[in-house]
Amino acid sequence: MKLGFSAADEQFRAECADWLQAQMAGPFRDIRGITTLTAKAERRKEWEQHLGEHGWSCIGWPRAWGGRDATLAQQVIFAEEYARAGVPGRVNHIGVELAGPTLLAFGSEEQKRRFLPDIAAGRTIFCQGFSEPNAGSDLASVRTRGRLEGDEWVVNGQKVWTSLAHISDWIFVVTRTQDGSKGPKGLTFLMMPLDQPGIEVRPIRQINGDAEFNETFFTDARCAADSLIGAVGDGWKIAMGLLAFERGVSTLGQQMAFRNELDAVIAAARANGTARDPLIRQRLAKAEIGLRLMRYGALRMLSNTDLSQIDGAALTYKIQWATWRRTLGELAMDVLGQAGEVTGGEAYEWDLLPNLFLFSRSDTIYGGTNQIQRNLIAERGLGLPREPRGDL
Amino acid sequence: MEFAFTDEQRMIGETVRGFFAEHATSARTRAAMAADGLDHALWAAFAGELGLAGIALPEDRGGAGLGMVELAQVAEAAGAHVAALPLLGHAMLGQAIARGGSDEQKAEWLPRLATGELVSTSAWQPDVTIAGGRLSGHFAHVPHGAVADLMLVHSGDNAWIVDLKGEGVAITAHMTMDQTRPLASITLTAAPAEALDNPDAAIPAALAAGWIVLAAEALGGAQETLDRTVAYSRDRVQFGRQIGSFQAYKHRLADMMIEIEQARSAVYWAACTIDENSDEAPIALHAAKSLAADTYFMCAGNMIQLHGGIGFTWDHDAHLFFKRARSIQTLLGHGAWHREAIATMILGPACEGAAA
Repeated sequence: MKLGFSAADEQFRAECADWLQAQMAGPFRDIRGITTLTAKAERRKEWEQHLGEHGWSCIGWPRAWGGRDATLAQQVIFAEEYARAGVPGRVNHIGVELAGPTLLAFGSEEQKRRFLPDIAAGRTIFCQGFSEPNAGSDLASVRTRGRLEGDEWVVNGQKVWTSLAHISDWIFVVTRTQDGSKGPKGLTFLMMPLDQPGIEVRPIRQINGDAEFNETFFTDARCAADSLIGAVGDGWKIAMGLLAFERGVSTLGQQMAFRNELDAVIAAARANGTARDPLIRQRLAKAEIGLRLMRYGALRMLSNTDLSQIDGAALTYKIQWATWRRTLGELAMDVLGQAGEVTGGEAYEWDLLPNLFLFSRSDTIYGGTNQIQRNLIAERGLGLPREPRGDL
Repeated sequence: MEFAFTDEQRMIGETVRGFFAEHATSARTRAAMAADGLDHALWAAFAGELGLAGIALPEDRGGAGLGMVELAQVAEAAGAHVAALPLLGHAMLGQAIARGGSDEQKAEWLPRLATGELVSTSAWQPDVTIAGGRLSGHFAHVPHGAVADLMLVHSGDNAWIVDLKGEGVAITAHMTMDQTRPLASITLTAAPAEALDNPDAAIPAALAAGWIVLAAEALGGAQETLDRTVAYSRDRVQFGRQIGSFQAYKHRLADMMIEIEQARSAVYWAACTIDENSDEAPIALHAAKSLAADTYFMCAGNMIQLHGGIGFTWDHDAHLFFKRARSIQTLLGHGAWHREAIATMILGPACEGAAA
């Protein structure tokens, strides 16, 4: 057991920090510190391409596909320095962290050649078509239908909560391709281009006023017959494999961005004097503890190579960070007082902390609600009896 | 960076878990509770057969030369069975001497600590008087104070070793809620006291070891309450179903696991910061002690609730965990005190906040 990084790793850290800080001070200073997911989307696509040009887009991928074969420690370091430099979140997060690894694990050589270089170069932005109006926590009950017509898949149905679909190029879609099938059987995983007459993307306005996610309608939407990952009927397996990547190093980077949020709450408390309030101090200390433990929980999860063991750190990670962040949002509002309830401008657009307060209500819902997380923890982690799963 | 146990550490973990599961049985712990709160045979086997009393003491003084991570593994396993052992004071005095004793002090005391020949405790209070190498002061609640041979005393910037079997020592055992670590009142009246050579090193080392032992005991205890409650939830049937199949029940167990996993990260993070001389050590220690203690108390309380009436009986072990958890919350600084220490690090002192 060792927490410290090697001298070579620390050198790598300096290299990452220098490059990222130089970009944020120079050519991309206009996007530094952006905290919403939708602001300056075009510039952030340019940033994706800039990362690709300099080989920083997906450092954990194999060199052959535009990565650096970076070690785990190096990926951790890059994620930390990325957040520390105030670089905004990746608009191609789904492509780099989910679609790419899924293709690497399950795609054909031809599919890898077609997609991976463009994802790595920031030329292809991906979004995710999983949830539907009637398939939320019960994801396996998707109804969007796919049928093979000649050399094309034809897709009809509706997806929802499709983050960033309005600025994306491709979507991966879990479709029901076997008539009469139920639950996880009969599903197929398709990659579809968004720019086509059969797909309509309608933004959904969220409680913070932003519109990062969308409804996506498929009306005889089409993609080539070889656009499926895995085989017909493998959709559930591929989707579950993809969700496992969600627990990867990317989560660590996301959590490092939370450092900036907690620092902003601390700065606000010091500025308005609430930092002297004993109860606020207790809550800030708890937040500090929780944040540090998120890092060490992530390092435990990433260090665990014994996959035969139930990994408690991995299983509890999502609910921990989501709950931590929601609690921080509530603390932020107690620190800000009424100053947190006004925008200071004419638009319904929020600064970092009020936006955190509002946005974090989604953290405990998306990617598996806290209630679903508790079911998973109890069933997989503790071996308790399973909840109903529908027809399997 | 590798935040996982090495093969050697895994073996140590298996060994100590096996030892306590076999020997620190409920019956033996209850026998110790009814006597002086120390399972003497367990201590002899722990120190003698397994050589674990010296695990974090230097090799050239009879110890195993290992670090806080391994000490935490031992304390975690002991805590899982609420073992009636004096690990807390033992670790504190041992680390105080190892880090802040003179060569003579190390040579005199450490080998006898490593063999378990001497039982130690530790106490602190601000108002002591020292004159001509003799110490006077009153210590109201000293863990295992009635059975200990040696006491580490620290006050202000000074630290001493006091022979509790020597002159000028008056000890009164308290009837204590947690009978596996009973408290005693100790009054020193011009008792001979040996000043530690380098108290600036000894005191932080003792506190770090104490906080790590308590946090690790809490982690082990919390995990055990969860494991036992999960087992009960599978056996117990009501309304024609295993009670562990009800969401209201299983979600409480999930909440226990969520907190325990954080406590596990905290304990081994804190231990690593000492072993690796990390500048995160102060925050890690305060985090580990406060979070692990609160986690244990929450879990032990849930154990009683989720067992129903049987969990409220003396014969069931739930109260052993519950009472140990409560005592750990108070020992060496309660949760709010540790969190205020962290608040001071990140916000500055409470009385000097920026003006509104």
